[in-house]
Amino acid sequence: MTGQREVIIEVRGLRNQFGAQVVHDNLDLDVYKGEILGVVGGSGSGKSVLLRSIIGLNRPAAGSVKIFGEDVLHLSEADRSKLEQRFGVLFQNGALFSSLTVAENVMVPLREHHDVPLDLMQKLAALKIALAGLPAEAGAKYPSELSGGMVKRAALSRSLALDPDILFLDEPTAGLDPIGAAAFDQLILTLRESLGLTVFLITHDLDTLYTICDRVAVISQKRVLVCDTLDKVEKFNDTWVQEYFQGPRGRAAEHAAEHAAAMSSGG
Amino acid sequence: MATPGTLTLEAGGRIVATGDWTLNSAAALEKRVDDVKRRASGASIDASGVSRLDTAGAELLLSLAGDAKDGITGLDAGRRALVDAVAKALETAVPKPVERPSGLVALLARTGRAVEAIWHDAVALTGFIGLMLETIARTLPNPRRWRVTSLFFHIEQTGLDAVPIVALLSFLVGAVVAFLGATVLRDFGASVFTVELVGYSFLREFGVLLTAILIAGRSGSAFTAQIGSMKAREEIDAIRTLGLNPVEVLVLPRTLALLISMPLLTFIAMVAGIVGGALVCMFALDISAGMFLQRFHDTAQTRHFWVGMSKAPIFAFLIAAIGCLEGFKVSGSAESVGEHTTSSVVQSIFVVIVIDALAAIFYMQLDI
Repeated sequence: MTGQREVIIEVRGLRNQFGAQVVHDNLDLDVYKGEILGVVGGSGSGKSVLLRSIIGLNRPAAGSVKIFGEDVLHLSEADRSKLEQRFGVLFQNGALFSSLTVAENVMVPLREHHDVPLDLMQKLAALKIALAGLPAEAGAKYPSELSGGMVKRAALSRSLALDPDILFLDEPTAGLDPIGAAAFDQLILTLRESLGLTVFLITHDLDTLYTICDRVAVISQKRVLVCDTLDKVEKFNDTWVQEYFQGPRGRAAEHAAEHAAAMSSGG
Repeated sequence: MATPGTLTLEAGGRIVATGDWTLNSAAALEKRVDDVKRRASGASIDASGVSRLDTAGAELLLSLAGDAKDGITGLDAGRRALVDAVAKALETAVPKPVERPSGLVALLARTGRAVEAIWHDAVALTGFIGLMLETIARTLPNPRRWRVTSLFFHIEQTGLDAVPIVALLSFLVGAVVAFLGATVLRDFGASVFTVELVGYSFLREFGVLLTAILIAGRSGSAFTAQIGSMKAREEIDAIRTLGLNPVEVLVLPRTLALLISMPLLTFIAMVAGIVGGALVCMFALDISAGMFLQRFHDTAQTRHFWVGMSKAPIFAFLIAAIGCLEGFKVSGSAESVGEHTTSSVVQSIFVVIVIDALAAIFYMQLDI
């Protein structure tokens, strides 16, 4: 975490507005290779809009977004598609295609972008499903037959289909029970270690922030207010940040994380 | 930068992997892996020459190594972690072959399921109609529970807003029927009978049938989509937990609205169809509007009008029942809403035409 770190996503002077409502104004953000960046902010502060701007679903009114040093706003269609294959996106509600089974969902990007024989494709799909921590039987099920936690894992396995370099997660643990959420956090950590992913993570879950995030970006007042390691962000002098991290939930999550760290180093 | 992955079997039985072991070269590599595995299984694999490795490549390396994953050498810590993670995942990822029954069995099974589904639909519809009638009987004597605003809203939606399309289509069909009649009857020198043809067919059949088909496609499908999306968003459950009866709140206003607007629309359809016929008679057959009206007045009997009209409320009731019931059958997804909307339109049109055919036989036997 020291010295020259490679910037993988660089957002400069981003401005987003819908009609008269300005969501972002002059927003800067850097994401470094191999880190897990947590993005927090109040409801309606534009976390999802930021994510959509980075992955190109939303065209900003001004500013630049560079990924792997390429300006995504001025790329040809073919280059864009190539770049997009290096992203994996997990949408808030999974966004699995409901007419396809989980395995078929995972195979969609493989089928569309690569000339892979069917049996290998099925093997790879089964592998991705297992990597996301789902049992093998889940592959043949339809999204409507899965529980909330399984939908998230299935969606994660689809986002891993093309071995992305960057994983974008929009509230991955929202709607999961605490055990499922903790397991999902661990899964993201494991995948980061083994697949060498960079993770951009939007969350409201304080436990997730304390357990897995290397750095935290706080979006407030239409820009990134502060973006640093958690202990520095916690001490940042801003009412909203103080309320967020020093509120009862923030403290509880911090204690829990400290406790877990003590347990693991002790044992 | 991209160099396709290669796999070579050296003389000493050592296997050397080089290049990109990624998804891009996976198809080619898989063939090589199978080939090498057959010739030298269990040999140690040197992967130090691999320039890029992803999960697909790791999967192939592991498949090459067989059970002995420690036989893969030349991996740095990061790649070792990747290979280990993939190996661990592969333990659980045993793709089970899905058993598919043979063609004939599958055909019979599908036929059986379809027949069973028809039976279940019929039972469900009968049950739902019973429920509707019961709710009507309980609600009607209690004017405080009438949902007047909702009723008028649905009359506007299903009745008033449908007037232009119903009138236009009936007008066109009326004109077409008159043309057909004129062409055939002219050979017999009986083209004046076109008036009876148009009058008879629109009063008895076409007026109400065209209206019913249009309403099934227009309002029946809307009922299914409205109630279905409420069901998908758990609004129906919310209505129940608030102590309200969804049939009373959602189904009754829609049904009553259709019961009121359908006869009115049928009347409009009859008039429009006859006007269409009259226009064709005027221009193609030299039967003036006055003559048409005179002949129509002389030949048409009111009983034909009542035969047609009597079917309107029955069709209205069935379309509303099927539309609402299909809405309640929606489960969860938006896709399900679409499925049931289609099913609602198909079922209503089917039922309307079957009932119309039965009614035709019934009235014929009664000599009306």
